[in-house]
Amino acid sequence: MSLIEVRNVTKIFGADPKAMLTKVKAGMGKDELLAETGHTLGLHDVSLSIEKGEIFVIMGLSGSGKSTLIRHFNRLIDPTDGAIVIDGTDIMTLPTRDLEQFRRQKLSMVFQRFGLLPHRTVLDNVAYGLELRGIARAQRHETAMEWIDAVGLSGYENQYPSQLSGGMQQRVGLARALASNAEILLMDEAFSALDPLIRSQMQDQLIELQARLHKTIVFITHDLDEALRIGDRIAILKDGVLCQVGTPPEILLQPADDYVRAFVRDVNRARALSVDVVMQPPALRLTTENLDHALEEMRRVGESYGYVVERDRYRGVVTQEAIEDAIKAPGNDSLYDIAVETPHFGPETVIEHVLPATLESDWPVPVVGPDGSLAGVVSRSDMGQILGRDEEEAEPDDDAGDGKDEPARRQVGRDVAGAA
Amino acid sequence: MTSIFFDIGQPIRKATNDFVDFLVVDYGDFFEAVSNSILSVLVSLERVLRDAPPWLVLIVIGLIAYGASRRAGLSIAMVVATWFIGALGLWEQAMQTIAIMLVSVLLAIVIGIPIGVSAARSNRFRAIVNPVLDLMQTIPSFVYLIPAAMLFGLGKVPAILATVIYATPPLIRLTDLGIRQVDVEVVEAARAFGATRWQILKGVQIPLALPSIMQGINQTMMMALAMVVIASMIGARGVGETVLLGLQRNDSGTGLIGGIAIVVLAIVFDRISQSFGDRLQAYRKVHH
Ligand SMILES: Nc1ncnc2c1ncn2[C@@H]1O[C@H](COP(=O)(O)OP(=O)(O)O)[C@@H](O)[C@H]1O
Ligand SMILES: [Mg+2]
Repeated sequence: MSLIEVRNVTKIFGADPKAMLTKVKAGMGKDELLAETGHTLGLHDVSLSIEKGEIFVIMGLSGSGKSTLIRHFNRLIDPTDGAIVIDGTDIMTLPTRDLEQFRRQKLSMVFQRFGLLPHRTVLDNVAYGLELRGIARAQRHETAMEWIDAVGLSGYENQYPSQLSGGMQQRVGLARALASNAEILLMDEAFSALDPLIRSQMQDQLIELQARLHKTIVFITHDLDEALRIGDRIAILKDGVLCQVGTPPEILLQPADDYVRAFVRDVNRARALSVDVVMQPPALRLTTENLDHALEEMRRVGESYGYVVERDRYRGVVTQEAIEDAIKAPGNDSLYDIAVETPHFGPETVIEHVLPATLESDWPVPVVGPDGSLAGVVSRSDMGQILGRDEEEAEPDDDAGDGKDEPARRQVGRDVAGAA
Repeated sequence: MTSIFFDIGQPIRKATNDFVDFLVVDYGDFFEAVSNSILSVLVSLERVLRDAPPWLVLIVIGLIAYGASRRAGLSIAMVVATWFIGALGLWEQAMQTIAIMLVSVLLAIVIGIPIGVSAARSNRFRAIVNPVLDLMQTIPSFVYLIPAAMLFGLGKVPAILATVIYATPPLIRLTDLGIRQVDVEVVEAARAFGATRWQILKGVQIPLALPSIMQGINQTMMMALAMVVIASMIGARGVGETVLLGLQRNDSGTGLIGGIAIVVLAIVFDRISQSFGDRLQAYRKVHH
């Protein structure tokens, strides 16, 4: 079972939410409900599961219900209908005392406007969760100091929040959440209030910390670039309804509806996707050392080049010509020795970095896994296809001067320019 | 000739009188017990203040002012101001007034803060409390001085009660306001980390509302001082009595020095409580 399961959760705000449930279940939308009854539909029949150890991003425009949804996970908000099960516990069944205990042990949270206690020092803010757990002063201060150090705020522990910049305050917020050592980290637009530069630093720091800590992180943002950057999976909300849940490539390449499509249209795919999404199996994988066998194989498949693999390790590229020359020449060369090392990339490399190589190379560029094996290859046309995909569905461009360029090329050109 | 006015005044008058009579007869013991406990606190405080040598009182005021403000200049000014009251020849009266005011403010705090906190937590309770507060602040004090005097007899206790009724509303309102103004995200953060309602109140809401609550206490003090003249009419002694004597004997000079003493007392308590309130907000100041 998943760590967090949200089952058919509906949330209605207003004077008498329960009474509105039948209307909402009959399919009444957010605007209609508000106009007719004055009630706000916060969430409508949302179901999703979040796995242990993943970074799950919830994305949507302002007012789409992101904050409402994340506040159901620690019951800062109770659902009008539906259930939330965390680690096998239906949290709606918890009485107040147990719920408080559950919040102390299981979840911690980072807030958009930081939510720091202004009358406490950085140290006492970071130690707050531990204090609520009843941990002795000396010990909680020791733990808090470690986390202050981990987020790079050593030396600021005796300052008050108002003395720090926004980015530093949010580091305090992050340290406070991490210090409580809860398994689940809820982050509601945690980086949205920060300057772009600080924001991307914080994103890096989060990714770095997560590689070490393996928390389950629920991260909310209205920024798709941020979602794609840090999310293992992304859920998209619109007017309280869940549109799609998927990995970043799934969201980018197979948008479930027009809303998601509109959302992802402006994304720079060259920057958002890694090459493993576009790579194909190589046309010819040569695993023999013997030149004659290799040539035979090459002629059989009808390719003029091949990728040489020695016991699962990638060695390089050979052309038919090179093999023929080697056979004619005196001496006993092995295929491994005449393979030429050409530029290659890891599967996690973003397309943007691989693009120039594919344009220059005479054959598809090899993608080599961390263990040295040949994971696949990317060709110029694979790139063109993924980067230009949207244009086929887009409306034709009226600009006459652009007429002779084929749409796919233009898209690639734009993205390359954007990447430079 | 029949009037268009139904006689509503008469029944209200009668019902109120009956109710007060009923209280006096059936609950006289209770009111006497309340009265006695307030009186015993007041009397001992008054005795301490009056028996202490004035230089000691002046030193204590200086120390309190310094503790509240951490400013030597202000502390010295407060000591000089208080000395000035003594120089006017009103030292004893001033000590009586301070005793009555402190007991009233103490009662106002004990009553006002819990009511203010409850009002902040429940809109329904607030809807009930608010009109009562309006009433307490607008009704002329004499209206409740009469039943108070009947229940407690003439003297200091009804004076204190009248002062409490008059001076508590701003504390209730400012406590309510202060707690409502606490950033919802901060309270939400405390909840998210598993704080109980009591932990949130004690550790987050009250501390963050404290500047506002201090402002309420300051206003309560000022209003209590404003009541001293009226209170002296029902037998509370103090500087109010000096003013009253001036009025009764057509002695403008006595009236004036009584008035000056009240103003000086007001300044002393205002400065001390305000600077304490300011210091409570020190953490809000940005000093990089
Ligand atoms: N306490 C509340 N009372 C009434 N309506 C609310 C409340 N909280 C949120 N809403 C409404 O629910 C919808 C979703 O809000 P929210 O979850 O805050 O959106 P987001 O975080 O995605 O911007 C909005 O239309 C908002 O106005
Ligand atoms: Mg939000």
